[in-house]
Amino acid sequence: MSDLEQFRQETRAWLEENCPESMRTPVKGFDDLYNGGRNPEIDHPDQKVWCDRMAARGWTVPHWPKEYGGGGLDKEQVKVLRQEMARINARSPLDSFGISMLGPALLHFGSQEQKLEHLPKIARGEIRWCQGYSEPNAGSDLASLATKAEDKGDHYLINGQKIWTSYADKSDWIFCLVRTDNSGSKHEGISFVLFDMASPGVTTRPIKLISGSSPFCETFFDNVKAYKSNLIGEEGKGWAIAKYLLTHEREMISGFGAAPKKSVGQMAVEAIGSDSSGRLANGILRQVIAQYQLDTLAFAATMARVGDEAKAGQGLGAASSIFKYYGTELNKRRNELNLAALGEQALGWDGPEYRDGVVSRDWLRSKGNSIEGGTSEVQLNIISKRVLGLPDA
Amino acid sequence: MALVLTEEQVMLKESAAGFLAEKATVAHLRKLRDSDNAQGFDSDVWAEMAAMGWAGIAIPEEFGGLGYGYTGLGLVLEQAGRNLSASPLQSTVLIAATLISELGNSEQKGRLLPAIAAGEQLITLALQERGHHAPQQTATSARRDGDDFVISGSKLMVLDAASANQFIVIARTGGDVGQQQGLSALLVDAATAGLSVERREMVDSRNVGALVLDKVRVPAANLLGAEGDAWGGLSRTLDIANIGLAAELLGLSVEAFERTVTYLKERKQFGKVIGSFQGLQHRAAELFAELELARSIVLQALHAIDDGEQELALLASAAKAKLCEVAQRASNEAIQMHGGIGMTDEYEIGFFIKRARVAQHTFGDYNYHLDRFALLSGF
Ligand SMILES: Cc1cc2nc3c(=O)[nH]c(=O)nc-3n(C[C@H](O)[C@H](O)[C@H](O)COP(=O)(O)OP(=O)(O)OC[C@H]3O[C@@H](n4cnc5c(N)ncnc54)[C@H](O)[C@@H]3O)c2cc1C
Repeated sequence: MSDLEQFRQETRAWLEENCPESMRTPVKGFDDLYNGGRNPEIDHPDQKVWCDRMAARGWTVPHWPKEYGGGGLDKEQVKVLRQEMARINARSPLDSFGISMLGPALLHFGSQEQKLEHLPKIARGEIRWCQGYSEPNAGSDLASLATKAEDKGDHYLINGQKIWTSYADKSDWIFCLVRTDNSGSKHEGISFVLFDMASPGVTTRPIKLISGSSPFCETFFDNVKAYKSNLIGEEGKGWAIAKYLLTHEREMISGFGAAPKKSVGQMAVEAIGSDSSGRLANGILRQVIAQYQLDTLAFAATMARVGDEAKAGQGLGAASSIFKYYGTELNKRRNELNLAALGEQALGWDGPEYRDGVVSRDWLRSKGNSIEGGTSEVQLNIISKRVLGLPDA
Repeated sequence: MALVLTEEQVMLKESAAGFLAEKATVAHLRKLRDSDNAQGFDSDVWAEMAAMGWAGIAIPEEFGGLGYGYTGLGLVLEQAGRNLSASPLQSTVLIAATLISELGNSEQKGRLLPAIAAGEQLITLALQERGHHAPQQTATSARRDGDDFVISGSKLMVLDAASANQFIVIARTGGDVGQQQGLSALLVDAATAGLSVERREMVDSRNVGALVLDKVRVPAANLLGAEGDAWGGLSRTLDIANIGLAAELLGLSVEAFERTVTYLKERKQFGKVIGSFQGLQHRAAELFAELELARSIVLQALHAIDDGEQELALLASAAKAKLCEVAQRASNEAIQMHGGIGMTDEYEIGFFIKRARVAQHTFGDYNYHLDRFALLSGF
């Protein structure tokens, strides 16, 4: 038996034994994912059990080195682990910005001390992180951010405002872009700092989304202390880190473009019916769903191809923009098709008849996918300029 | 009829625009939503609308209406779309009054139409039974029993169900599920035994309801039109309903678009207003062209109703399908071009996409009407 095959068998046996039954059911939507943190929102006690068991093996972040709380697995092993989890419909034990965004940036840019301090807590789900990038006047033009960090010796004093900070009110720490220098171009003088959201001077005001929940906030900093030990990379050179992190955020968001478990076409047949040869009874909807499903297939193949092509250590670069653009547009298409396929059932907002409006709320939430993490337009600009080499107007 | 508005129609449009922009705006809709108003509209504002004659806008003068025709009603619905004004204009004025005109005998018309025109009666159509608009698939049954009909079945998406005084229930008195023939229209008083009305909260915060009819007994005199023969009148009513909804979607789309263009001129990024980026300019310009086409098809369809044209079905499906397409695009672009703020409940643009999808769905969505348009076009 090959080593990989042995790994598969051991993994299968371990998962069978350790994954609670309740964690082998699909998540009920965005808010049903387990995010960890000092005061975790626990909908089911097994969420924490499952996370803790996986974390003990380093499998909340299987590809991270063991010394930082990871599993130390190679790419092939990670793939096997994912396949075996999928085989029993195991939920992801922990979803967090720490894993998908900050972790990769720390692994790349953090000092050994910083990695040892922060990564294991991310891996174990102890600290929940939020992303302090956008400001009222710095959205697509992120580099024009103005939140000020004043040098006070061993720490910075931070003043300013962030906006659209997802889960700021529920997070323990923030990775934050601040301006330490105003004298150069806008891309210079940006620094990447970490600080505790429980620090004096931090306030958050939740903002309600059109889907009815309040995942993001306005975040205000009034003389907040951020210790220099938590400055990542060099002072004033945070833009490169910010961009690196964005490629990982975009990769994460583009995952929404994956095909759903139950295909839209199947769902439509159940809702609308089919003719004797099995064709969906509505020919026009059938064509649009077919186009969508074909594109998800080609999208998945592209993700796989680019993944296989990427040499170890290479950044995602412009590929992340292509994926971010296409994946989020696919997810929006899928959600519109849910409405078209399910009709009245999809338009409910509340009440048991509509499972509390899960379909319409997910549909509304999906509209944000092509805005968060850099808008579709920003991705297209990046592709036009960096990949196609087209000049500015 | 030339595709321009008469002076009288322009005045009507302007007075509707002024009134609704003051009394029935998105802010009012938000208030209705947040106070969990079961009725879904403001009765006082509706009383004012009725006092201006809007409840009888398309009802002939002989039945107490204004006799402005459907073009007049369409202009008001367009303004209601702009402001997302919630009222029984669709359920009672556009749909029930039309169905009564189409199918009712002279006694029924003489009794019901003036009551609607005076704003005294709210009547609504109970048709849809499953996830999609499929009138031929009606399975609710009405069985003749002496001088009565006994109705059993269930209905969904019944507009203004919670405040309706009467329902016009489409039920099968003959034929098989899937057939046009055998459908009947029956008036059912809201207080009739065996009828239960359940409020359903939809994404657009309007009031729709689900009905359960458990051996509901109504006198045979409540039949509108001949037994088993409602299809012709129902079908024409649905065409008119869809044209009216297209007019509402036109107003909604234009408003969402105009708000977006205003934002493109205000919001600055990279040291310029975002409206200076050609990627956005071209999309806005394309949408503008689409909206011009949308306006024309809606006006043509409204005129066709008033001219009594035979081609109504084709035009109705054309107008509804086109407006579903344009409203979807306009409401999606509105959010996307606003960026993060477009995703917030505090900002109003999200209300437009929510109402758009429900109005699109009501009495047949894009896929339904595009397919019907093709069929009626002979392919
Ligand atoms: C659900 C959600 C969650 C979010 N979470 C976070 C978070 O956790 N942390 C955080 O920091 N931020 C977060 N954001 C903010 C997000 O990153 C910004 O909203 C986004 O970068 C766009 O910025 P903006 O909202 O200011 O829009 P703007 O930049 O004002 O854009 C408005 C419109 O103009 C377009 N545009 C702008 N510039 C150009 C150009 N040069 N060419 C063509 N078109 C252009 C945009 O694409 C958009 O359509 C979140 C946003 C959403 C919707």
